[in-house]
Amino acid sequence: MLRLEGLSKTYKTGDAALTNVSLEIPKGQFVGLIGPSGAGKSTLIRCINRLVEPTSGKVLLGEVDLAQIGKSDLRRQRRRIGMIFQEYALVERLTVMENVLSGRLGYVPFWRSFLRRYPGADVARAFQLLDRVGLMHQADKRADALSGGQRQRVGIARALAQEPELLLVDEPTASLDPKTSRQIMRLLTEICEERGLPAIVNIHDVPLAQQFMQRIVGLRAGQVVFDGPPAELSETVLTTIYGEEDWHAMRQGDEEQKSAEADARDRMAALAR
Amino acid sequence: MSEVSHYSQTWSHRTSRGRLLMWVGWVALVALFVWCWQLMTENTIWAFVWDAPRQAADIGGRMMPPRLSYLPELLVPMWDTLNIATLGTIAGVIMAVPVAFLAARNTTPSARFLRPIALFIIVASRSINSLIWALLLVAIIGPGILAGIVAIALRSIGFVGKLLYEAIEETDAKQIEAIEATGASPTQVLNYGIVPQIMPAFWGISVFRWDINIRESTILGLVGAGGIGLKLQASLNVLAWPQVTVILILILLTVIVSEWVSAKVRKAII
Repeated sequence: MLRLEGLSKTYKTGDAALTNVSLEIPKGQFVGLIGPSGAGKSTLIRCINRLVEPTSGKVLLGEVDLAQIGKSDLRRQRRRIGMIFQEYALVERLTVMENVLSGRLGYVPFWRSFLRRYPGADVARAFQLLDRVGLMHQADKRADALSGGQRQRVGIARALAQEPELLLVDEPTASLDPKTSRQIMRLLTEICEERGLPAIVNIHDVPLAQQFMQRIVGLRAGQVVFDGPPAELSETVLTTIYGEEDWHAMRQGDEEQKSAEADARDRMAALAR
Repeated sequence: MSEVSHYSQTWSHRTSRGRLLMWVGWVALVALFVWCWQLMTENTIWAFVWDAPRQAADIGGRMMPPRLSYLPELLVPMWDTLNIATLGTIAGVIMAVPVAFLAARNTTPSARFLRPIALFIIVASRSINSLIWALLLVAIIGPGILAGIVAIALRSIGFVGKLLYEAIEETDAKQIEAIEATGASPTQVLNYGIVPQIMPAFWGISVFRWDINIRESTILGLVGAGGIGLKLQASLNVLAWPQVTVILILILLTVIVSEWVSAKVRKAII
């Protein structure tokens, strides 16, 4: 379980990215974090594993306050938190397997990671994860030889290799096409459900968030302005989060996209026949 | 086209102030050139200059035909030269790697103390030509191949260090961040996040420097640091022009081969 208490971040430039954010995320909950660009979504999830140092407040993962611990403790605690990135952030020139195994770096001594001699159990788990995300036969390919959707699957496998207790997911679908985006979101929700894994997902695509999230937190100018189930995400609420916009037209656009996808699927099926 | 008349038809790439500065700059450059030309020609003895074509033809005549029977005697010194270049490059690269990591803004452990020291090492190494390094080293460790190797190594630190630290600073921060987020130790971050990203640059720079070092090591013998340069100096001293021709042809061939190898290797990596 993750609990944020009064979390604030003010950058050196004086920008208050987060002001007094308190949230509680129980085990197994899939939470979408929405808000306009610059609302502090990215800062919020980076404050949790301290890729960004919070200015004040508590980040409680279980019993440990991540905001208070020293460097080597932080490294040990980071193993409990898997992170998935917007543009995959795979090490491009390493193989898929090396990327997945890099999720184990916090557990193995330097010489093992340097010689790429990981314990058998780690290797077996890595293969199992690659199988789970559907990349069993790409293990020895270099990461930069994969497509966007495949790379994000490797990113997911890397995060899971840590055997985390929490997933931080930063705009997982921002560089993917609509269809691949939905596949990736479905994979993420399934995996979290299988493992009872809580996840915080930064997402700018509201319809996608409504479709997949159990709970939505709306952030505006570094403050939580909405917290509830996707069904409560009315136009008034969206206007509070994002400002004035024709939400009806946007939803229609999404309907259009869905029917276009269905159409494409039918045509592909017809071709296959 | 519809009505566009109320928009201005004039647009200029530079402001009038910028144009003026451009003109002043060009005039100053021309003036500098004229002044330098005058300075240069002031002390020239023109009789020698007018004589130059005849002198060149004279030396050219003496250099022909090349004395090919001299070639076997050159093979060992040429091998020495290749060894000076190769061993010097390896030693230089080994010393340059830690310097580069200390100099790169994103990997230096202390930006206030160690980074300036590393940058100073790079500048010091780069500002002294390998011939001058060799001159000093021949005086310190005596004439021979070792002085040549050390001279090449010392000169290479700056070149490799500078290009490598720039490559380190240009690495993608997101890949490094992702490795940090797994709970990796700093050495593991270096090994998984940074090293794979700079590998192509590392090999490209090293092979490029090796290629330069082969050319530089051919002249180190002139100051007594071993290799083919010793033979060149000996032949020049006794005015054995046909031998000089053979040496120059051999150097030319070696450099062509080394450039070819370096181009191949760089192509294979990048």
